[in-house]
Amino acid sequence: MTPLDYPGPAWSPYLVGTAIGVLSWLTFYVSDKPIGASSFYAQVAGFLGKLCAPRHTVSLAYFQDNPPRMGWEVVFVVSIIFGAATAAITGGEFTNEWLPPMWVARFGDSIALRAGVAFGGGILMAFGARLAGGCTSGHGISGTLQLSMASWISVICFFLGGIAVAIPLYRL
Amino acid sequence: MIAPDKTVRASIEMPEPPVAAIPQLIVGAVFGLTFGFLLQKGGVGKFNVLIGQLALQDWTVAKIMLTAIVVGMLGIFPLHHFAKVNLHIKPTRIGANIIGGLIFGAGFALMCYCPGTGAAALGQGSWDALFGMAGLIAGSWMFAELSGWTRRTVEKWGDLGKVLLPDLLHVPRGVFVAGFAVTLTIILVLIQRFAAR
Repeated sequence: MTPLDYPGPAWSPYLVGTAIGVLSWLTFYVSDKPIGASSFYAQVAGFLGKLCAPRHTVSLAYFQDNPPRMGWEVVFVVSIIFGAATAAITGGEFTNEWLPPMWVARFGDSIALRAGVAFGGGILMAFGARLAGGCTSGHGISGTLQLSMASWISVICFFLGGIAVAIPLYRL
Repeated sequence: MIAPDKTVRASIEMPEPPVAAIPQLIVGAVFGLTFGFLLQKGGVGKFNVLIGQLALQDWTVAKIMLTAIVVGMLGIFPLHHFAKVNLHIKPTRIGANIIGGLIFGAGFALMCYCPGTGAAALGQGSWDALFGMAGLIAGSWMFAELSGWTRRTVEKWGDLGKVLLPDLLHVPRGVFVAGFAVTLTIILVLIQRFAAR
């Protein structure tokens, strides 16, 4: 069982990469924004925090510098869901499944196990993204293409950390 | 040549209201739809493609990212040179970049989707992305709780401010962009030559 036994990309990765590069020109030129995803989750956390504990939320250093707002980043990430749905449905790739087949082949069919691991992974990833200043989009594409030193250090560490955990889990 | 901090357009100087203007949100929606469509077509909403990259068996993610970086760079730097766009550079904080980056990577290998591709996975009907997205919201909150402390500690370690690689190496930006584009293209050719996918 290797990842190559499961379906790969529908389109050439070079075509998709080129289109994402051109899209980044447009987001800079039209919206004055780099492509990014992780700040969306911090915005949602901020909205929920304002509902539950408004005074505490606004007292936190991160939310003082990045007040939760209904802005471009939020709409951008919500729209990713619908764009991907359109691509999957038109391409006959809509999966409608709770567990990826490769996960089942490796770890069995417990949804609770997958839920726990994915939730824990999400916590680590968001914490790491906020500390490093971005994610695979904000640092990995937008920051690297601007030749930012912060982004090149971060993206190299994303992959070093990811490889160090993935190899024991999926190859040994 | 324009310094990275120099603002050539007014928008980022103005305080941002709690709800952005409608035209800006519509444009954001069009860009988000396009990005999500491309991520799914590129296969990076798929669990096995993403984990395949981290297990060094499927090189689709690297091909997409490196191509996007080369193409993006070759547009953004000329546009910036002619004062058509602002750069949006994050500050280099070596300690936070390295520690945060490694934590991010470990979480990536567990969730198997990243923040953008997780949204794409949800859109293509891979519902396990929802658990990861809930974790991303929870983790963002935990970071905010600790953000006062990280500011006083980790984020001060190796804080160099906004640094571009060509400025660090004292190479003219245009020269660096051209040389780097060639270097990354050679890496892409090697990946294409030696990777099974």
